[in-house]
Amino acid sequence: MIVPYALEISVVCVGIFLLMVDAFLKTDKTTIAWTGVVVLLAIFGLTFALGPMPKGVIPEAFYVLDPTALFFKRFLLLATVLTLILSIDYSPVYQKFVPAAVPQAGLGEFFTLPVFACAGMMFMVSANDFIMIFVALELVTITFYVLVASMRKNQGSLEAGVKYLILGALSTGFLVYGITWLYGITGYTSLDGIQSVLPRVPEQYQPSVLFGLGLVLVALGFKVAAVPFQFWVPDVYQGAPTPVTAYLSVASKAAGFVVLLRVLEPFVTTPTFQVKVFGILTILAAVTLILGNLAAMSQQNLKRLLAYSSIAHAGYLLVAVASLSAPGAKVAIGFYLGGYLLMTFLAFLVLLNVAKVSGGDDIRDFNGLGKRSPVLALALLISMLSLAGLPFTIGFLGKFFIFEAALASGQYVLVVLGAITVACGFYYYLKVVMAMYWQPPAPSATNIQVSPFGQFLIALLVLAIIIFGIFPQPILGALTHL
Amino acid sequence: MNLLLASILIPVLAAILVIAGFNARRTAIFAAVLNFLLTLVIVSQFKLDGGYQFLLSVPAVPALGIKFSLGVDGLGVAMLFLSTAVTLAAIAIARPPKANVSWFYASLLFISAGAVGAFVSVDAFFYYMFHELALVPTFLLIGIWGSGDRQTAAWKITVYLAFGSFVLLVGLIGLYLSLPVGSRTWDFRELAQAARIGTLAPAPWVYITLFLGFGILVSLFPFHTWAPQAYASAPAPAAMLHAGVLKKFGLYGLLRLVTPIFPPAITEPFNNLLLVLLLGNILYVGLVTISQRKLDLMLGYSSVMHMGYIFLGILSWTTIGLAGAALMLVAHGLSIAALFALSGELRERTGTLKFSELGGLARTMPKFGLLFGFAAMASVGLPGFANFAGELMVFFGGFSAGKPVVGLNNFQIATAIAVWGVVISAVYMLRAYRRVFFGPPLERWKDLPEISTHAKVCVVGLLILLLIFGFAPQLLVKFVLPAIVQP
Repeated sequence: MIVPYALEISVVCVGIFLLMVDAFLKTDKTTIAWTGVVVLLAIFGLTFALGPMPKGVIPEAFYVLDPTALFFKRFLLLATVLTLILSIDYSPVYQKFVPAAVPQAGLGEFFTLPVFACAGMMFMVSANDFIMIFVALELVTITFYVLVASMRKNQGSLEAGVKYLILGALSTGFLVYGITWLYGITGYTSLDGIQSVLPRVPEQYQPSVLFGLGLVLVALGFKVAAVPFQFWVPDVYQGAPTPVTAYLSVASKAAGFVVLLRVLEPFVTTPTFQVKVFGILTILAAVTLILGNLAAMSQQNLKRLLAYSSIAHAGYLLVAVASLSAPGAKVAIGFYLGGYLLMTFLAFLVLLNVAKVSGGDDIRDFNGLGKRSPVLALALLISMLSLAGLPFTIGFLGKFFIFEAALASGQYVLVVLGAITVACGFYYYLKVVMAMYWQPPAPSATNIQVSPFGQFLIALLVLAIIIFGIFPQPILGALTHL
Repeated sequence: MNLLLASILIPVLAAILVIAGFNARRTAIFAAVLNFLLTLVIVSQFKLDGGYQFLLSVPAVPALGIKFSLGVDGLGVAMLFLSTAVTLAAIAIARPPKANVSWFYASLLFISAGAVGAFVSVDAFFYYMFHELALVPTFLLIGIWGSGDRQTAAWKITVYLAFGSFVLLVGLIGLYLSLPVGSRTWDFRELAQAARIGTLAPAPWVYITLFLGFGILVSLFPFHTWAPQAYASAPAPAAMLHAGVLKKFGLYGLLRLVTPIFPPAITEPFNNLLLVLLLGNILYVGLVTISQRKLDLMLGYSSVMHMGYIFLGILSWTTIGLAGAALMLVAHGLSIAALFALSGELRERTGTLKFSELGGLARTMPKFGLLFGFAAMASVGLPGFANFAGELMVFFGGFSAGKPVVGLNNFQIATAIAVWGVVISAVYMLRAYRRVFFGPPLERWKDLPEISTHAKVCVVGLLILLLIFGFAPQLLVKFVLPAIVQP
């Protein structure tokens, strides 16, 4: 019988293999990326041979393979594949900012590191023990430190790397400290163990449990870009190489939310802690919604706008987390993240192609894109509409499921806030649409050609956004695993 | 193939073809004609006593009971007819802009598809989704091809309607969650049925959320401020489609999801508040309309004002009031479309719609003046036009509603005040008509060309429909009555 974490092991092996190829074979570096794409897609196919396993079947208590975990493993593999494809597109820009001792210097690492991050995040979504969570999280975070700062001759990238490193290290400190508190009181690092002890925690220790959980929430809030732990997001997103930004905003956020759900599970099912934990989450969701959306409205740079929109989407996801008492909330989170993957990667794909030609990613660089490249403009239009939550796109259904759960669990305040922030969202996403279709292109602007493969990928993402926006059943089915 | 599905797909496919590079104007007109003919086929095959017909149902989200269901009853047929008729007029009268012609027609076609889709949906979820589909084309149409302060107008309508739509969505989810687990549904028929047998017992907040959500979309006072400016700035065909068809979405929703479902025990406490608001529409907005100095803004405000009557008909909860509201939905849609078409044509000629700069146009363009006079009289509610029949039924309904008390009850007082709206609308329409078409002819407008043939055909077509439904309202009422009077 294969071990349950064979998927992660094979991804790690792929990473090591690619590193070896990079070190010893003098091939064109893009072959490394394409190999990674093909092999990861093969592993993605393998996940369908592997069903979810009930808890008792897997001997290791630190590892679970429930439908959520399996869904997010597929999610992460897809995100990594898309990141690699974006990285290949991005490599000419990347090389401009790397000291070139040999041709294509640094590209090998740039293509390989996302694979390791993927393995780390795949462990994260299955982790059921704080030690496992911590180790997996570190594998991911350290990989991202390197990726963010890897454009060594670009000040923005270096600045982003330093910011991410310092704040990331700080949040790791919070996480470890929180884990020790929880361990000290419950005597367990495994979430199952904590679940079994929590109802029996004596009253005088309950504040300490909440304190420990609060510290863990700080660290996870940093991961998922929740307010007030969001300060790194705009700078890091803007400075990091664009594919890394996309990867960070999709995969890292998703993995963070899965861990958040797992960690919260024992607390929201224990009556003594339920009310207080939901209270904290409600406040977190409210401030994230408000700040993310309001701050996004004044942005003039598309990458920064997407950074704030990523905070705003974390807000919507937190609304669902704060509504976990409703039966549909968990599925809503999974579905929302699935949609977020499609529309965010589509946006970054267009952003990358435009920025390569225009040399900048301010919104005004998109002026007249409707004329310069109708394909890219249409793709960005669909992506923005989906992010704003317009019907017949997956983004609308995501918001719909979340607010259905919120109403079902009685989170009326968050729903009222949602009404305001959704309207704000229309404003800043349509600002991009306005630039593309209302403004004339700059005199120096040239038309933008997209490669046939790029067009194929765009068509695929657009179709997925629209089809799953009408018939979401395939994704919902995978999340509940019929 | 299901005829209703075809009537949604025709404009969508035409829009895709137009973007792909087909001749925009010809493709769009062809699609609009085809869709109108299809509607006539649907009307001819429709059985008056058959309930919902031309049904089609595909499950979309089984876990939440969401189905992609199409079907029309008499009210749906009437709205479908209004949509395709106004679409045909709007697309035929549209002048191709100088730039981005394909996107212009594609946007119009998408608005039409959204309106048709909303009116033929039986599932509240898809009904909502189709309406939202029209939001972005409207934004683009006003923002790119609009006039005046078009960007502000485009932002205002889009953000306002996005907000209103979300309020409405919350109300719809509230309605859905009011059903017991296991029998939750979005189907209009099942919702009404559940309300009849008592399994659906929504809370008062659901009622007021729905009413406010629909109210914002229909420009209920004081949530009307998005409308006049947007209609004034929008290119004529967009204003025709939005004011004529799309805005009826909210009122249609009230007739579908509010009147058959909520018992008087829930609705009565809010009656006085809502009566005050709709009187705000009729009196306050009516007076604001009188003070307008530009024709397009005046028409925008007048369309907001007339919503007040329809609200009164719906709020009266009486058969005659509801039927009058349904009749006014169609009549107002046709008459405002004719008015916006003509004012758009006028703007093309003069470049301005300020009353102070216009005058004596009836001498240079007598036929244009005549048609505008007809449309204005229809909008005021002159007997002979469908608007008159609708308003009359609404007033009867309003006066007979409410609890009998000593003296006059709240509905009777409101109706008595609302009747004055007729006077107000006569004042502003006649004043506008005098300022624009009568008086000494101005030198600069001496050489204005007379109305073009295709514009004439479009407007005359709309006016003929208004006259037909005005002289024989029964033609329409017999369709909508079975839909309104639930067994």
